[in-house]
Amino acid sequence: MKISRNTLLTLGALIIFAGFLYVAQNMFNTYILRIINLCAIYSIFAITFNLIYGYTGQFSLGHAGFAAVGAYVAALLTMSAQQKEANFFLTPIVPALATMQWPFLFAIIAAGLLAALVGSLIAWPALRLRGDYLAIATLGFSEIIRVLLVNMQPVTNGALGLKGIPPYTNLFWSWGCVVITLFVIKRLTNTSYGRALRAIRDDEVAAEALGVQLARHKLMAFAVSAFFVGVAGALMANLISTIDPKVFLFFLTYQIVGITVMGGMGSLTGSTIAACLYTIFLEVLRPIESPFTIGNLHVPGVPGMRMVLFSILLLIVILFYRHGLMGTREFSWDRLFEFFRGKKKASPLTNSEGEQE
Amino acid sequence: MTFDQFIQNLANGISLGSLYALIAIGYTMVYGILRLINFAHGDIVMLGAYVAFYGVVMFMLPWWVAFPLAIILTAGIGVIIERAAYRPLRSFPRINLFTSAVAVSFLLENLGNVIFGGRPKAFERPAFMDIALQIGEASVLSYTPIIIVTAAILFAILIYIVNRTKVGMAMRALSKDIETTGLMGINTDRIIMFSFMLGSALAAAGGILWAIKFPQINPLMGVMPGLKAFIAAVLGGIGNITGAMLGGFLLGVVEIMIVAFFPDLSGYRDAFAYVILILLLLFRPTGIMGEVQAEKV
Repeated sequence: MKISRNTLLTLGALIIFAGFLYVAQNMFNTYILRIINLCAIYSIFAITFNLIYGYTGQFSLGHAGFAAVGAYVAALLTMSAQQKEANFFLTPIVPALATMQWPFLFAIIAAGLLAALVGSLIAWPALRLRGDYLAIATLGFSEIIRVLLVNMQPVTNGALGLKGIPPYTNLFWSWGCVVITLFVIKRLTNTSYGRALRAIRDDEVAAEALGVQLARHKLMAFAVSAFFVGVAGALMANLISTIDPKVFLFFLTYQIVGITVMGGMGSLTGSTIAACLYTIFLEVLRPIESPFTIGNLHVPGVPGMRMVLFSILLLIVILFYRHGLMGTREFSWDRLFEFFRGKKKASPLTNSEGEQE
Repeated sequence: MTFDQFIQNLANGISLGSLYALIAIGYTMVYGILRLINFAHGDIVMLGAYVAFYGVVMFMLPWWVAFPLAIILTAGIGVIIERAAYRPLRSFPRINLFTSAVAVSFLLENLGNVIFGGRPKAFERPAFMDIALQIGEASVLSYTPIIIVTAAILFAILIYIVNRTKVGMAMRALSKDIETTGLMGINTDRIIMFSFMLGSALAAAGGILWAIKFPQINPLMGVMPGLKAFIAAVLGGIGNITGAMLGGFLLGVVEIMIVAFFPDLSGYRDAFAYVILILLLLFRPTGIMGEVQAEKV
């Protein structure tokens, strides 16, 4: 078997990236590590939203709910018995969960599987709905999950949330999951399944007439997407170590939609890049909220200014950069080489996703 | 439950429902014309309440000047948002419009946080709205019937505009087919602007009445009413103005009644709207009064 130049380059890049993660994990302080971890988590969120909307055309706003399921499952499975006892001081925890403690890997997988189950349960009735009706129904499901989390006190500790979740998430876990997500979804979209999904996006009626089973494919897109969202939720719980139902308000979903649009609909690498830019950008803007002095002018810190600037920038990107950073294209080595050779020729190979719009 | 308690709850439900209905109309008008879920609409509600609040507190205006002024100013803001954030994207995929609406919503909420401050403010009702009224054994404060009557008057004005005036006819034409309407010599941009103005004015009125009913205002106060009103619009059949009113009343009354009859479920109150929505969509995917659109192949 001959290994192509591009595969070698990808492998090389992965090794260099792993080296960088190793150095970073040992050198940077917890604050910077947290940002790099968050980049990874938002990347997974955006990539999965891209699968379900960018590729399949199903406008689903259920991401916050899937993430909540994953986060709570992982939190409950990784916390020690003492931590749980300390958390559940109002209502005692259900006995079955009280002493359960799993290794992180299994907790992540369980989180993903349960999220996928919930995703399929939601998809099943939602398959009858289209477009905006689907959007509002999935948003509703996600909010119902959140209300359930608030009210199922013996399992979730209600509105108090869970504190002291062991901080297992490190750069290898988080970015490892990004690489796996990218790999699986990219492979999936290259198979006949992926072509069926794109056919559904472009024209449901025509796809059905050609023999694509709509229900099965949509269900699969929902389940795969929800699985990885659950994984990302698990990583998030074990990163920020404190979760409560408010974290998973529909604002989270809106953010994910915003990131995905900024990265470009239908571009998985675009989603990753936009997620990293978004997370880093929010942190870089932090100083404008503290008081500073320019010459004789003393500017008092305005809390909340960061989000104002961020929303203005988001608007500018949407209004003037309408196809997002990457459009529907993916990062490819061929194009990179072309760029450095100064050729402006769009190769049909690198543009295989370009049929949208 | 006694009969009097029932009456009290019913009055409460109808007044909440009329607020949902007022806000839902803005969603449904914009959706009917642009097929856009205007997620910034809930924040227009918030703006309306805050402008009225500052009019009364800061500029010492009497309420009968401050409230209409707030409605007019907020309607103006709605028009500016349409011009700046939605019109440039009209020919693009709908997800772009949707994201733009989300960005506007973020902007309004965060601007509200910076300008108005994140702490809730106490909205003072005009004195005549605080009189206790006795109906048999039941007692309601006078703002409840005032909200219902004001909303009814606004509905009547709206229905008149939509059904009996030239602008209204143009709006109805636009919701059938934008392009053809343009070819008939109607200035579509201006009519869309007018719809936004009308929707925002009703949202502002809804916001002020909301603040009268729940007199704590904060920059995120529009989010929940906005979402519920949107659900009401979908319940009624989105794009249909009568449907939006019906959906609003239905949602308000059901929400209050479920809590009244089953107090154990009060923790799940915010989920009722979604459960009703999902059940209804499963059996009537286009809402109560929505038209079934034939699939064009």
